[in-house]
Amino acid sequence: MVDLIKRAKELLESSAVKVVIGYEQGTGNKTRALFAEKAEDADKLIFDSRCVQNLAAYITKKEVKEKGKMAVAATLPVMRSIIQLAAEFQVNDNNLLVLGITPESKLIEFANLIEVETFVHQYQIEIDVRNKEMLDKLEKMTQSERWKFWTDELAPCFKCYACRAACPMCYCSRCTVDFNQPQWIPVASTELGNLEWHMMRAIHLTGRCIDCDACYNACPLSIPINLLTKKMLTDAKEHFGGYQPSLKGDHLMSTYKPDDKENFIQ
Amino acid sequence: MMDSLYMPYLMRIERITYEAPGVKTFMLKFVNEADQEKFSYKAGQFGEYSVYGVGESTFCIASPPTRKGYIECTFRQTGKVTNALSGCEEGSIIGFRGPYGNVFPLDDWKGKSLLFIAGGIALPPMRCVIWNALDLRENFKDVTIIYGARTVKDLVYKDELKDWELRKDVKLVTTVDPGGESPDWKGEIGFVPTIVEKIAPSSKDTIAIVCGPPVMIKYTFPVLAKLGFTDENIYTTLENRMKCGFGKCGRCNVGKVYVCKDGPVFTLAQLKELPDEY
Amino acid sequence: MNIDKRLVRKDSLEKLFDILKQNSKKIYAPFSKDGKTIFKDAESFGGILTGYVQTTESSKDIVFPRTEKILDYTKSKEGMSVKGIDLKDIPDVILWGVRPCDAIGIGELSSIFNWDYKDEIYNNRLSKVTVFGFSCYKSDDYCFCTSVGGNPGNTTGSDILFTRLGENGDYLAEVLTEKGESVVSIAPGIFEKSETAEKEKFLAEVPVKFNHEEIKEKLDKFFESNEWVKQSLRCLGCGACAYVCPTCACFDIQDEAHGKRGSRTRCWDSCGFSHFTLHTSGHNPRDIQSARWRQRIMHKFSYMPERLSVYGCTGCGRCSRACPVDMNILENLISIQEVTL
Repeated sequence: MVDLIKRAKELLESSAVKVVIGYEQGTGNKTRALFAEKAEDADKLIFDSRCVQNLAAYITKKEVKEKGKMAVAATLPVMRSIIQLAAEFQVNDNNLLVLGITPESKLIEFANLIEVETFVHQYQIEIDVRNKEMLDKLEKMTQSERWKFWTDELAPCFKCYACRAACPMCYCSRCTVDFNQPQWIPVASTELGNLEWHMMRAIHLTGRCIDCDACYNACPLSIPINLLTKKMLTDAKEHFGGYQPSLKGDHLMSTYKPDDKENFIQ
Repeated sequence: MMDSLYMPYLMRIERITYEAPGVKTFMLKFVNEADQEKFSYKAGQFGEYSVYGVGESTFCIASPPTRKGYIECTFRQTGKVTNALSGCEEGSIIGFRGPYGNVFPLDDWKGKSLLFIAGGIALPPMRCVIWNALDLRENFKDVTIIYGARTVKDLVYKDELKDWELRKDVKLVTTVDPGGESPDWKGEIGFVPTIVEKIAPSSKDTIAIVCGPPVMIKYTFPVLAKLGFTDENIYTTLENRMKCGFGKCGRCNVGKVYVCKDGPVFTLAQLKELPDEY
Repeated sequence: MNIDKRLVRKDSLEKLFDILKQNSKKIYAPFSKDGKTIFKDAESFGGILTGYVQTTESSKDIVFPRTEKILDYTKSKEGMSVKGIDLKDIPDVILWGVRPCDAIGIGELSSIFNWDYKDEIYNNRLSKVTVFGFSCYKSDDYCFCTSVGGNPGNTTGSDILFTRLGENGDYLAEVLTEKGESVVSIAPGIFEKSETAEKEKFLAEVPVKFNHEEIKEKLDKFFESNEWVKQSLRCLGCGACAYVCPTCACFDIQDEAHGKRGSRTRCWDSCGFSHFTLHTSGHNPRDIQSARWRQRIMHKFSYMPERLSVYGCTGCGRCSRACPVDMNILENLISIQEVTL
């Protein structure tokens, strides 16, 4: 991605930003995050269809933020995360520059986050076909069949919290599970505890998740936890007309309209 | 019953003493006589005290091994377990696993003078070794205790401080931080390191044992160095996040050392070899 | 005891499985799940994964369960009644299908659980496990067992080590311990005599990638290096590497209460979590990820060899495969070896 490398070098040489976050070649066929701090580091930047890790997870990480102004190579999902993070006061134009990568893999630079938002709002969040089929299957199950499905799927989960670590929206410096007065969710991996953890996380993500699949991609055991968040997305669409991350901060879960339906209470 | 490493002894809270705001001392007796018979420990060691259903917390054993039939612990109400312990009444049953850790080498100190320096809630780990030494008073030359807290109310073991003050074979100096004195306060006023410098105890043939909050320790060590104490003759007891107490859970691992096994008693010389991760 | 070399025909493995099942043996084996492998109880031979380079998770769960109850208690008017776990409840298990790097990992785990204080629950579990190791005939870029004192046909830690003698070949079964012999005695027809089968040419090639002695020495002077920050910038601080590792043993102890009854549990933990060393006062001795990453490497390659005389790593490569952000431990160790101080 020649344009990206050129632009990254310019930004670093002029000290307009202190670090450019992008992708580089990893082990074997993997790609991984690159933190270019010197212009020559930017030569390692790549971009292709393998680059799906949501880099927005790093823009709230203390060790990266404290380097100074950041630039991030952002695909559409990453851009969505950035807007949501901005709406939640985690990033702003002073500490972040977005180097957008369009769905056609073209570089597009944004002057500010409002421009990023305008770009992002051109696209709807769509759930892919395969996962839609899985959601339909789940929808058709009885409650006890669904409970069994999730109990079985979540049984191998050993609470490594890779899903939480990889999700850009899970930036709390002290997660709910890390509090012990009270200990809301058990620490140990247990049948019920695993369900509680994933349900709680899905609910904390309602109205914020932008369906990037970072949680599923990060899970070492390939547990399809992204189905939970996708279900939240489809429910939000069905009951509230869906949502887009928005700088205005009119968050789905904290905005109330008098004609909101309540048929999800059963 | 200590059949597995993780199984605590059952202890009954015999007596609760309110020491200072948020600080209590429990006198504990073994529920099973047989456990009491088999139990022994040395000054410096600690245990894992638990409220069943809430969790375990690490405190030193604050009573000296020279007094048989019970053990004591002193703790400040800070987190989940200490809050639950604080809510226990006399007669309640709690758990105790121990003794763990290494010991103050009192035998090596025979014939020397002892200088105890403590701050605030760090007097409990020292109280064990202070009483142990006083119970074997003839083994040591001079015994000096310098103890300070933020305010008069925060001083712990107030009755014992009076005992130590009255003893002719102990020099006790108590101090409170500037602004922490009460109208009838007769002790010193000043931070502990400042008072140590003022009292200027001799370092000749003397072992210094220091325990306190990190900031107090940081400023006391240079004072002791100026007075001529070598790093091998300064002892401290380290606090660290601990869980199992027997070197397996990994939490207290600092450099090549496990605080629960190789400590918590360390000389300053040993401490200087550790990475700054405690 | 001398290694008892036997031949097991390729079709006999399933027969062996059936015989063991008829003898009411519990068998814990790797199964495929959505492209990853998990270990679970095997009811039938079909479905047990073979032909893999390495499983996703290790089998340490069988001796060091991810969640293990250590006591139950009940409060009553009379006082407190506390019950430990009954060791008799721990069943005998055959661990079917671990690689030599996992078998050797059990030994390293045992060093931790027997360091001065002996964990009897762990030892009891271990005594009831019979390990069927399977030598590696292929490896991948993540493997580095030979760099940490292992090799793809290593017998250490296995009770019987099976080596496939060529594609579609029969198996050389090296019976190494009394536990192994007792398996042979219940399935004598399966284990034919063989003194001639040699395994070396059927083992995977795993070139040595670094010198572990050199690394250990270098680490002693490496503590303040900036390399740790550079290496760990992309680390997200999850516990995936620790949990899939066969030798990581850090744990937490948690209580749960339900009215007047409750229990205490030991569960896995990871030094990579940000609050692992957090004091109640709020002080955190390792409050940046590079310090935690450094702890992982130092503990495995410097502190454990020094204090327990074993490595904290078997070169299985799982951590690197499982890591969501490609923290490749082999790559990091090689770079430590190459960096000039």
